[in-house]
Amino acid sequence: MKFTWFHLMPWPHMPDDFRQKHRSVWVDLPSRMYEPELGHGIYHQYLDQLEFAESVGFDGIGVNEHHANAYGLMPSPNIMAATLTRRTSKAALVVLGNSIALYNPPIRVAEELAMLDVLSGGRLIAGFPVGTSMDTNYAYGTIPALTREKYAEAHDLIRKAWAADEPFAFNGRYTKLRYVNCWPKPIQRPAPPIFIPGGGSVETYDFCIDNTYSYSYLSYSGYLRAKLLMGGYWKRVAERKVDESPYRAGFAQVICVADTDAEAEKLYWPHVSYFYNRCLHVYPGFADAPGYRTVKTIQTGALSQFTQAAVRNYPSMTWKDLLDGRYVIAGSPETVRQQMEELIKTLRVGNVFCLLHVGNMPDDKVRHSTRLFAEKVMPHLRNLWPDWNNHDDRFWTHPMNERVPMKVAAE
Amino acid sequence: MKSRFLTLKPSKTRIEVVEAGKGRDLFYLHGAGGHMPGDPLIAALATKYRVVAPLLPGYGQSNGEDGLRDMLDVTLHTLDVLEALKLSKPVVVGHSMGGMIAAEMAAIAHTEITRLCLLAPAGLWLDDHPVTDIFSKLPYELPGLLFHDAEAGQKLLTTGGNMEDPEFLKQFLVMNARRLGMAGKILFPIPDRGLAQRLHRITAKTLVVWGREDVLIPPVYGDAFKKAISKSKLVRIAKAGHAVGQEKPAAVLRAIRDFF
Repeated sequence: MKFTWFHLMPWPHMPDDFRQKHRSVWVDLPSRMYEPELGHGIYHQYLDQLEFAESVGFDGIGVNEHHANAYGLMPSPNIMAATLTRRTSKAALVVLGNSIALYNPPIRVAEELAMLDVLSGGRLIAGFPVGTSMDTNYAYGTIPALTREKYAEAHDLIRKAWAADEPFAFNGRYTKLRYVNCWPKPIQRPAPPIFIPGGGSVETYDFCIDNTYSYSYLSYSGYLRAKLLMGGYWKRVAERKVDESPYRAGFAQVICVADTDAEAEKLYWPHVSYFYNRCLHVYPGFADAPGYRTVKTIQTGALSQFTQAAVRNYPSMTWKDLLDGRYVIAGSPETVRQQMEELIKTLRVGNVFCLLHVGNMPDDKVRHSTRLFAEKVMPHLRNLWPDWNNHDDRFWTHPMNERVPMKVAAE
Repeated sequence: MKSRFLTLKPSKTRIEVVEAGKGRDLFYLHGAGGHMPGDPLIAALATKYRVVAPLLPGYGQSNGEDGLRDMLDVTLHTLDVLEALKLSKPVVVGHSMGGMIAAEMAAIAHTEITRLCLLAPAGLWLDDHPVTDIFSKLPYELPGLLFHDAEAGQKLLTTGGNMEDPEFLKQFLVMNARRLGMAGKILFPIPDRGLAQRLHRITAKTLVVWGREDVLIPPVYGDAFKKAISKSKLVRIAKAGHAVGQEKPAAVLRAIRDFF
């Protein structure tokens, strides 16, 4: 198993009456709510937490990309990952965004990810999300019905740019470059491992299978509700007659660990509530721009994460509801271990993106929960895929052997 | 009103064409919402004209939307449809997005289109008077955006289903993805594809019609269109919103009859 400690980096100072005062945490939330001088400390605290996660043994540390929102403050995940390259030495840097349809020209993504791979000595895992509709369409203006075609073309360009040793011309519909010449190039050849965040579209299943990319379902509704979608993926894997390595798939889970189940509620409920009721408070009109998802995908009945959030009545859900429905895995190390094992086995995932910072959780609680997970849960989950030797070379990093010594903060 | 089908060559795109009435040919292009059920404007126009109203790919039973990506694609496609219909010197009428397409057609093919009627057309952008973002609107918001009398408008639209019913939600999302997905190629995120630089090429005798209570594209845009098109007249219709033709069909018919 591979465990990635994933940060969303939310704004932790949304007021108690946030839902009443604002229709959406995304797209049109006035930025006057953001206080830059508070933001300074928050960014550094969040980065410290990612570094701490490496020091307690997580395999990966993760960042992502979002725009115009208080849900996640990383418009540029590459800047965050760049700081981590110099202060960590072991963990994979899981950059689960660049939203490649947004960059003009997308060669910029090939260059920056190559920079990160070189800086980190080959520790980069690249993620290529389409991006949420709020980000891609409303905040960045991409035409919804053309988003996927633009994405596919950007992907094609990036892979070719990494693979080529000579300049070449790229005559795309959206990008025309007479000289594609990617300096630097990534250490990992022909490319870093690539994870694709997916939300149930059949096209994405095939895209992952065709390219040997790991399919990552980033859900906040827990593993019980994810079974249908992941089942669809594994069915497709079987139909395509490729191997069923669990490392072909990953899942994101909100996790809170305490000494006892009762203690978990006491420590973490306010922050879990903050996350579900403020961070996920998206105006339904922004959740799914018409044309953003294909008709075929809509017909499968899979709703986007944020349409689900809009349809579900999170404010009415109690701690018990969220736990019973396994939206959140929380409790003593033994409770968490049992449920994590069930998650990993039922979804058949080799990667778990652990969301251990939740909402407006203060630093001491984040570290407490993280340490308990690393010391008392993770070791018991390491050996769940013995048939695969608990590792699949195709879906994890290949760091270079002799990296320059650095004075690393986490050591 | 009846539908027939037209197949374009060489793309094999199949276009649904609604036809109604007798008289002089009138070519009608719908807005981003498509035709309304028993469309009151088409019904009114059909009392005096032979109305020929093709549906854009992505709307109704018209297909071929994947092959249309930008304004030029849509304009040329619609000119192809017009040519294939073999109409005799038609009055070309377009509402909202359809008005934008009609204006582009008249700017590009200015020797072919000689009578043009733009009903609250899209296509321009004034910083001080932003056009409403229709893409982020929820179904219940539409009657108030399209009609001065929202209650009457609600009855004309068929969007009054229950969004909490998963089957209705799915059907709505599919229809919306097709229609507004297509519309987004020329309207998202800002409905401006450079028409302002081409309006001067229009030589058609042009009637611009605006509802005085239009909250989607404010009436001030009517003045901008009138100013930019040389042989044009602007008619404002009282107590009408953006769906001016559907809300005041008789008044719009009269304006068209008086002008052409």
